[in-house]
Amino acid sequence: MRIVVTTTTPDLDSPVDLRFGRAAYFVVVDTSTMEWQAHPNPAAAAPGGAGIRAAQFIAEQKVESVISGDFGPNAHQALAAAGIGMYLFGASASARQAVERFKAGQLESPSGSGGRGRRGGS
Amino acid sequence: MRIAVASGKGGTGKTTVATSLALSLAADGRGREFAPGPPLLLDCDVEAPNAHLFLRPRFERVWEVGIPIPQVDQARCSACGRCAEVCAYNAIAVLGPKVLVFPELCHGCGSCARACPEGAITEVVRPIGVLRRGTALGGIDFGHGELTVGEPMAGPVIRQLKREVTPRPGQVVILDAPPGTSCPVVEAVRGADFLLLVTEPTPFGLHDLRLAVQIGRVLGIPLGVIINRDGIGDQSVAQYCDSEAVPILMRIPFERAIAQGFAQGRTLLETHPAYGSQLEDMVLQITRRIEETR
Repeated sequence: MRIVVTTTTPDLDSPVDLRFGRAAYFVVVDTSTMEWQAHPNPAAAAPGGAGIRAAQFIAEQKVESVISGDFGPNAHQALAAAGIGMYLFGASASARQAVERFKAGQLESPSGSGGRGRRGGS
Repeated sequence: MRIAVASGKGGTGKTTVATSLALSLAADGRGREFAPGPPLLLDCDVEAPNAHLFLRPRFERVWEVGIPIPQVDQARCSACGRCAEVCAYNAIAVLGPKVLVFPELCHGCGSCARACPEGAITEVVRPIGVLRRGTALGGIDFGHGELTVGEPMAGPVIRQLKREVTPRPGQVVILDAPPGTSCPVVEAVRGADFLLLVTEPTPFGLHDLRLAVQIGRVLGIPLGVIINRDGIGDQSVAQYCDSEAVPILMRIPFERAIAQGFAQGRTLLETHPAYGSQLEDMVLQITRRIEETR
C-alpha cells in the first residue's frame, strides 16, 4: 500500500511536518517494502488554497492514505473527495515511526472537518 | 477630481475627514473662491461602512453584487485538470474523476471557463454583498458597498461600487477607503487624483503611514497628510513627512469635544463649523498639487 507522510526534510527519518497544506515535503512510502521517495510540496508557498493544491498533488500520487499533524477544512474536503484516508501522527518521533504505527493500526483519524477554511485576503 | 482618503492604521479619522470634507464642499458656495458643489462620497470600507451614520443618506436604490464562479457540468468534464492548472488561487481541484470548486477562494477571473477544452464550465454569479446609493446631508450624492458577513473578498464589491456609482460631469468624488494597506485599499485608491492620508502622531500611526505612502507612490498618486489627534504621541510623523517631502495639509487637535461629537454621529464640521474654511483651503491646495503633477 502506498501512503504519504508530511515531513520537514526530504527523508523518511525526518520529523513529521505538523502542517498538511504547507508541509515542506511529502514522503511517499510503500508500506510493504518501506521503499520511499520524497517530493517537495508544490503548494508550500501558495498564496492561498494550499491545502487544496496539496490534496490534488497527493491524489496524483495514487496513494491510499496520508499522515500529517492536522488537516484544514478545505484539505479535508478535497482529500475526502479523492477517497484518501487521513491520519494524525500522534506522538511519533519521525515519519518512519509514524508509518510503523500506521501499519500497526495505532494512528487516529482527525475528527470532523474542523470548521471553515482560512479566509485569505483578496 | 477624485480624492481618496486612506490611512494605513485604522481609527485615525478617515471617515471624520471624508465626511467633513464632503460637507464643506456641499456648503453654500457664495462668496467663495472655490465652490464645486455637493460631491459624490463613496464609502469603500465595505467590510464596515460607517459614513452613512454621519451623512444620513436616504437610500434610493439597493442592489446585489457578486462574483462569477465556475459551475462544472460533470457529464461533459473529462477530468483533464486544465481548470486546476490555470487557477491562480487553487479554488478548483480535480481529484480523480471529481472536480471540486471552493467558492470562497475564487476571485472570479474566469480563467477556468476559458481554459476548459470540453466547454464544461459555465460561470454563475455568486452574490457577496450589496451596493446602496442615495442622497445625503447637503445634497451629497452617496454610495456605499456592504460585503456580506463571512465573505472574504472586499475587492470585487469596491470595484463594482466605483464602476456603478459614478459622478456627474465635474462633480468631485471623495473615496473613503478601508483601513490597512492591503488589496481592498489599493482597489479603493486606484484611479484617484489625490491620496489624502489621515494619521495620528504615534509609532503605530507612523508605521502604517509609511506603508500607505508607498501605495500612493507605486500607484503614482500625489499625496498629502492630515495629522489627527495632534498633540499626543511624538514628533516622528512630522519628521518623517519632512524627510520624505510629504506635505502636512492639516492638523486636527486631540480634543474631547470632537470625540464626543463623533460618538453621537456628528462630523467634525458640525462640532466645529470653523473647520469649514480650513477644509476649503486644503481642497485648494490639493487642486494645485494635482495640477503641478500633471
